[in-house]
Amino acid sequence: MQQPLFTALLIASFTLFCFSCYRRLSLVSVGSEIDRFDQPLSRLKEMLVYAIGQRRVVRTAFGVNHGVIFWGFLVLALANAEFLVSGVFPGLSFAHLPEPLRNTLYFAFDICSLATLIAVVLAAVRRIVNPPYAEARTFEAFFILAMIALLMLAYFGMHAAEIALGQLPAGSAFPISGLLARVLVSTPLAGALPALPETFWWIHALVLLGFLNFLPFSKHLHILTAIPNVFLRNLDRPNSQQREVFADGNSYGANSADQMSWKDLLDSFSCTECGRCQKVCPAASTGKSLNPRLVVHALKENLLERRWPGSAGQPAALIGEGRGQSAAASLWSCTSCGACMEACPVFIEHLPKVVKMRRHLVQMEAEFPEELLNFFENIEQRSNPWGMAPSERVKWASQLEIPAFVAGSTEYLLFVGCSGAFDARNKQVTVALTKVLDAAGVSYGILGKEEKCCGESVRRLGNEYLFEMMALQSVEQFRSKGVTKVITQCPHCYNTLKNDFRDYGLSVEVVHHSELIKELLDRKALQVRGVQELGDVVLHDSCYLGRHNGVYEAPRATVLQLTGAPVRELERNRENAFCCGAGGGRMWLEEHEGTPINKNRVQEALAKDPDTICVACPFCMTMFEDGLKDHADATAQVKDIAEIVALGLEGAKA
Amino acid sequence: MLVVACIKQVPDTTQVQIDPVTNTLIRDGIPFIVNPYDSHALEESLRLKDSNGFTAVALSMGPPNAEATLRKALALGVDRSILLSDRVFGGADTLSTSNVLAAAIQRLAEQDEIGIVFCGKQTIDGDTAQVGPGIAVRLGFTQLTLVDRIEKLDLAKKTVTVRRKLEGRYEIVEARLPAMITVVRELNRPRYPTVPMRLASAKAQVEVWNNEVLKLDVNSVGLKGSPTWVSRIFSPQRTEGEILGDGMRDPVGAALLLVDRLLEEDLLAV
Repeated sequence: MQQPLFTALLIASFTLFCFSCYRRLSLVSVGSEIDRFDQPLSRLKEMLVYAIGQRRVVRTAFGVNHGVIFWGFLVLALANAEFLVSGVFPGLSFAHLPEPLRNTLYFAFDICSLATLIAVVLAAVRRIVNPPYAEARTFEAFFILAMIALLMLAYFGMHAAEIALGQLPAGSAFPISGLLARVLVSTPLAGALPALPETFWWIHALVLLGFLNFLPFSKHLHILTAIPNVFLRNLDRPNSQQREVFADGNSYGANSADQMSWKDLLDSFSCTECGRCQKVCPAASTGKSLNPRLVVHALKENLLERRWPGSAGQPAALIGEGRGQSAAASLWSCTSCGACMEACPVFIEHLPKVVKMRRHLVQMEAEFPEELLNFFENIEQRSNPWGMAPSERVKWASQLEIPAFVAGSTEYLLFVGCSGAFDARNKQVTVALTKVLDAAGVSYGILGKEEKCCGESVRRLGNEYLFEMMALQSVEQFRSKGVTKVITQCPHCYNTLKNDFRDYGLSVEVVHHSELIKELLDRKALQVRGVQELGDVVLHDSCYLGRHNGVYEAPRATVLQLTGAPVRELERNRENAFCCGAGGGRMWLEEHEGTPINKNRVQEALAKDPDTICVACPFCMTMFEDGLKDHADATAQVKDIAEIVALGLEGAKA
Repeated sequence: MLVVACIKQVPDTTQVQIDPVTNTLIRDGIPFIVNPYDSHALEESLRLKDSNGFTAVALSMGPPNAEATLRKALALGVDRSILLSDRVFGGADTLSTSNVLAAAIQRLAEQDEIGIVFCGKQTIDGDTAQVGPGIAVRLGFTQLTLVDRIEKLDLAKKTVTVRRKLEGRYEIVEARLPAMITVVRELNRPRYPTVPMRLASAKAQVEVWNNEVLKLDVNSVGLKGSPTWVSRIFSPQRTEGEILGDGMRDPVGAALLLVDRLLEEDLLAV
C-alpha cells in the first residue's frame, strides 16, 4: 500500500511544484532584452567558482556554515533522488549496488547529514543570538531551517531503526546511524521498533514533498535560481549602464517590472535576503532609507503582483511608498559605489536597478532633488557642474606652460576633469601631476577651455539624455583631435572615458594617473627621493578606481617606494573599501538623512592614527577635506597620490 | 483664458567679454540662454495652465535663432510658442520692444481673453526692467512688478492678489485682471523638461509673426522707433589683486596679514 500511495503523492507534488515554479519564474519573461549568453565557457567557469565553489559565500565567517549546508546538500541530493525513485520502484535502490560503492555512499550520506544538521542548528542559533540584520528573524527563515533539520532527523531515524532491526548492516558505513541505533534500543521507542522505519520513511517523504512545494513561494527558491544567476552574471563593466534609444514614443528608465531587464527580474528571485549588501552599503549603514536588499525584494513583490506574464491590468509602479515599491527619496541616496554588488554571493546587480529607476524619475517625471536643477543646467549650458564660465577652465595653468593637445606632437591627452580644473584644492593636485609628468618627460597636452565635463555624475543620476549629449560631444572631439591615449586624474572621468564611451564607439587607451606614475617609477623614467615628511600613510581606495576598475596595487606600490613603508590599511580596504559618499552624483546633493558618509570614513581613517591620508580621486579629496574639518585636533593631511610623488621630486637626482 | 509669458533669449553673460577696441560685446561662439528671470515667468504661466486650465503662450521678440528658446518653452509645456521676428524689429530699445510685444498680445486677445502676462523682472543683458511695465502701459493692463508670490487668483471676480518683494518689506496687492506681472526668482522653482517633451518639442511648430502679421508703423518699431541707444559699453577698470602670505601653509598668518592691511588702508572700523 505504501508504493501506490507514494507514487500518487509524488506525481501530484511534482506536478504542483513544476506548476508553481513555472508560474513564478515565467514572470521573468516580461523583462526587457539583454544578452547574457555570450562567452559560455567563461560563464561556466564563474558558475563553478562562485556558485558551486561558494567563493563569495565563504568570504565571511558564517558563510562557511552555508558552504557546509550547500555542499552537504549536493551529496544528499543523490540520497534524496534514490529515496524518491526507490519509493516508486523499490528495485531501483542503492541497496543493490556493489558493496564497496554502496558503503562509500552510505558513509558519505551519514556524515553529510550530520554536518548539515549541525550547520542548520548553528544557523538557527546565530539567527537568534546575532542575526545578520534586525529583521532577519522571520518565521520563514526558521521554518526553512526546521524543515532541513527534520529531513536530517527523519533520515537518521529511519536508518537507525533499520540497523536496530538488522535490516541494514551495523558496520562502519553508518557511523552516526549505527550509534543512534544503539541509543534507540535503550529508549521507550524500542517497543515500537518494527513500525519505526516506515514511520520515519513517511515523515521524510512528507517533509521532502511538502518542502518542495513550499520552496517556490519562499526565499528558498534561490536554490533553483542562484546557480543560473551566477552563470548569467554581468561579465564586464560592472558600473556602466546600457544606453537608451531616444525616439518618439519610447519611455525611459524603469517604473514597472517589465521595464527592467529579464536578468534584473531573475535577480529578484535569486535573493535569499542574507543582508550582506545592506551591511556594506554606505547609505544603509549611515541611517539612510535606501536598503539594497529591499530594492531587490520590492522588485520581486512587484513582479509577483502579476499572475501571469500576459495578465491584464495596470501593473503597479516600482517607485512609491507601498509594498513592492522603492521610495524615490531612498533611490537618491545611492553612491553607486558598487559595494552591494561586490558583496552579493550570487552576483545580483543592485546598481543598474537604482539607475534605471532614477532614469525614470529624471526623464519621464522630471522629479529629482532640487539641487540637481542647477547642476543639470550648468552641465548642459557650461559643461561643468558649477556653472563656471568655460574660459575659467584653464586658470589653473595660467602660471604654467602647459601645451595644448595636438595629435602627433603630444602623446597623451591630459583630461583634467572639472574638479581638477575648477576646484581650488584639486587644482593643486593638477599642478602637482603636471610637475610629475614633466619630470618624467611624458609628452602630454590639454584641451584647455574646450574640455567638457565627461558626464559621469549625470549618467549615474539617471539623466541619460544629457549624458548622451555630453558623451557624443566629447567622443566627437576626441576623434577629430586624434586622441589615442588619455591620462585622467579623476577615477570618475577614468571610468566614463574607459568604459562608458566604448558604447559610443570610442576606444582609446585610458590610464589613471596612479597607474601611469607607477609605470613611470617602474621603468625608472621618474626619479624620486624618499620622503619622510609624510609620516604614516593610510590609503583610501576610490570606488571607481578600485571596485569598478580593479586598480588597487598602483597607489600602494607608489607610497611604498616613496616612504619606504607599506600603507596602513584601513579596516575596510580594497574591494571592501567604504565609499567617501560622493559617488553616484551624491557629490552634488545635500546629505539630509542619517549621518554623513564621509564622517564615517574619516573616523575610520583617523582610527589608524595617520599623518597622511592618501587619496587618488578629487571627489574623495573633497569629502575627506570636509570631513576633517570636524576634527580640529587631527593633524592628518589629505594628499593625492600625485602630490605625494611631487614631494619626492624635490631634491631628487634628475 | 490665456496666460502669456514673455521670454527673451540672452547671451550667457558669464561668458560674454567686451571688445576693448570697439566697446561692443564679443558674441562669437557665446551660447544663448533663456533670461533667468523669464524662466520663472514661464514656470508661473505653466502653473496656471496646470492649476486653472489656462492656455499658456510663450512670446519672444528676437532674431530667427531665438526659436531655440521658444522650443525650450514648448518642451516645458506651453501650448503655443510665438516668435516675433522681422528685420524692421531689429535694433529695438525697450520702448519699441514693448510696442511689438504689446501688439502681439493684442492680437492674441482677439482670439481669447488674456488673464495675465508674466515677464521676468529684468533681463541680464540689458538690465533695464522697462519692457514689462511698457507692455502694461501700452495695453492698459494692471502693472504688478517684483512679484514673489501669487496669493490668490479669483477668476469669478477677475482679480489677482500678489505679494511684491520690495527692499526691506513686502507689499500685498490686489488688482484687477488682466494684469502684467514681473517676477523675481523667489516666485517658484522652474521645472525641468521630460525627455518625451524635449523630443516632441524638436518637431513642434514655433509660430513666427513678422510685421505683415502685426502691421505696426515701421517708425514705431526697431531702431527707428527707439528714442534711446547704447553709445558705449565698457568694463570698469579693476586693479590686480595681490596674494598676502601663504594661505595654504599658514592660513592664520595670512588672515592676520589681511586684517592688518585692511586696517592700514582704513577699510575696517575698529
